[in-house]
Amino acid sequence: MSSDGRNEIDRTIERVARESYGRLIAYLSAHTRDLASAEDALSEALVAALNTWQRDGVPHSPEAWLLTVARRSLFNVMRHKKVVAANESALLTLNESRFDPDGSSPFPDERLKLLFVCAHPAIDPAMHTPLMLQAVLGLDAARIAPAFLVSPSTMSQRLVRAKTKINYGGIPFRVPEERELPERLNTVLEGIYAAYGIGWDDLMGIDHRGKDLAEEALWLARVLLALMPEEPEVRGLLALMLHCEARRKARRDSDGRYVPLSEQDPQLWSQAHLQEAEQHLTAAAKALRPGRFQLEAAIQSVHAERAHSGQTEWPAIVFFYEQLLRISPTLGTRTGHAAAVAEASGPAAALQLLDAIEPKAVTTYQPYWAVRAHLLQRLGKAEDAQHAFERAIGLSEDPAVRNFLLEKLR
Amino acid sequence: MQFALMIYETPEQFSKRRNGPDDPYIAAWRSYFTAMVEAGIHVGGDPLEVPETATTVRLQDGHRRLQDGPFADTKEQLAGFIILELPSIDVALDWAARCPAAAGGAVEARPLSPESKQRITT
Repeated sequence: MSSDGRNEIDRTIERVARESYGRLIAYLSAHTRDLASAEDALSEALVAALNTWQRDGVPHSPEAWLLTVARRSLFNVMRHKKVVAANESALLTLNESRFDPDGSSPFPDERLKLLFVCAHPAIDPAMHTPLMLQAVLGLDAARIAPAFLVSPSTMSQRLVRAKTKINYGGIPFRVPEERELPERLNTVLEGIYAAYGIGWDDLMGIDHRGKDLAEEALWLARVLLALMPEEPEVRGLLALMLHCEARRKARRDSDGRYVPLSEQDPQLWSQAHLQEAEQHLTAAAKALRPGRFQLEAAIQSVHAERAHSGQTEWPAIVFFYEQLLRISPTLGTRTGHAAAVAEASGPAAALQLLDAIEPKAVTTYQPYWAVRAHLLQRLGKAEDAQHAFERAIGLSEDPAVRNFLLEKLR
Repeated sequence: MQFALMIYETPEQFSKRRNGPDDPYIAAWRSYFTAMVEAGIHVGGDPLEVPETATTVRLQDGHRRLQDGPFADTKEQLAGFIILELPSIDVALDWAARCPAAAGGAVEARPLSPESKQRITT
């Protein structure tokens, strides 16, 4: 076969793997609860596809072909592991499930169950995001590890441990019932948001832990939205991330220097992202069920208004923060609230809000010190401001943010 | 438990050492130190002189072999160390990432070995 044809097939496999990976893993593991074996079986099927398709051409329904081969492989793997007895009925169901290998009839989409399994309360919360990235998007440990500041081998071990827990810990593959849904859905949303890696966008040199997984997080959110189109918080999360994404180009100047939100040029904001964010936020609002992510997206939406009005409606931002504090009084929310109050009512009122936060909670929380430093500076307390700036600089990870704060210190 | 952060600097970073307190690299280090001390985790540590001042000793067949310069001939050289009291390696890596030398140079985090110390000190 010509190298063009080979590349074409490589690309087809890559595309099928990208689009179908999570659907296939979800379907295979929903019946066996064995995520690791499902992944092994699918990767075997992908290797087989690479060989067979190059020889015989791409089948009519690549996804169905992969499922057939992966299912056979899974059956062998499980027989090898001598766990068939326990899983026999599950495997039979899987084997007998009606579907036509030559047709395009899809198998049921079980990804929603898979997402809820990955973010189950019995699983270490720190592993929710890595599990989703691996199980639904097929990212390997080496790609996931740097975002969570651990070595690939450590991430790999933690993933294995989490999957063992899924397999033997009695975690059910099902969508939670209505009464538990809000809380369970929230952990799924938090897991996706953690992959995005950015808290609220900033005014004063806040250190973002950029995780380099923004594209993956948006993808997960879109998958979730397709599976739960009626849940306003899913749209809220997507809108929030799209607002952050819209400002990507505006966050650094041409020399790579950090540009705070208030000094960003709205012309550099991506209109396509902003419009999509607004559509989701409007659709979410119709459900009349506000939540944390809708409120956070609403705050970013007010900031985005500056592109049209030329100014920022700080009282509206303060209002949304007050709503947010009622449902999610996190350190991030309290700090963001104080920063907004400083703009709406002056730095003295804002400083009182920061002073009310337990000092022990903020010893390593960079945003608190960055906001505090700016407030003290505006109040003319030079010495205290210098100290707070030093704390913020010392806790910054992003060199651009560090340099921005160092310039304020001078 | 205690962790050592081993700081590896590039020649450019080493060359900034003699600069005044207004140099951004120096100022960033001062802030980093303040943040560690005020977080109550700083146990000890010191910067080292520049690598050109190092001499490496080996004993081969009973003879001293001296090498004028540091042990390893790499672009980044050991520049200092910090000992921190922290709950886990995850937190140690957070502090390593905040280190001003990590952008450009490298910071290695490793737990101290109290077991080994006990074996040779008691």
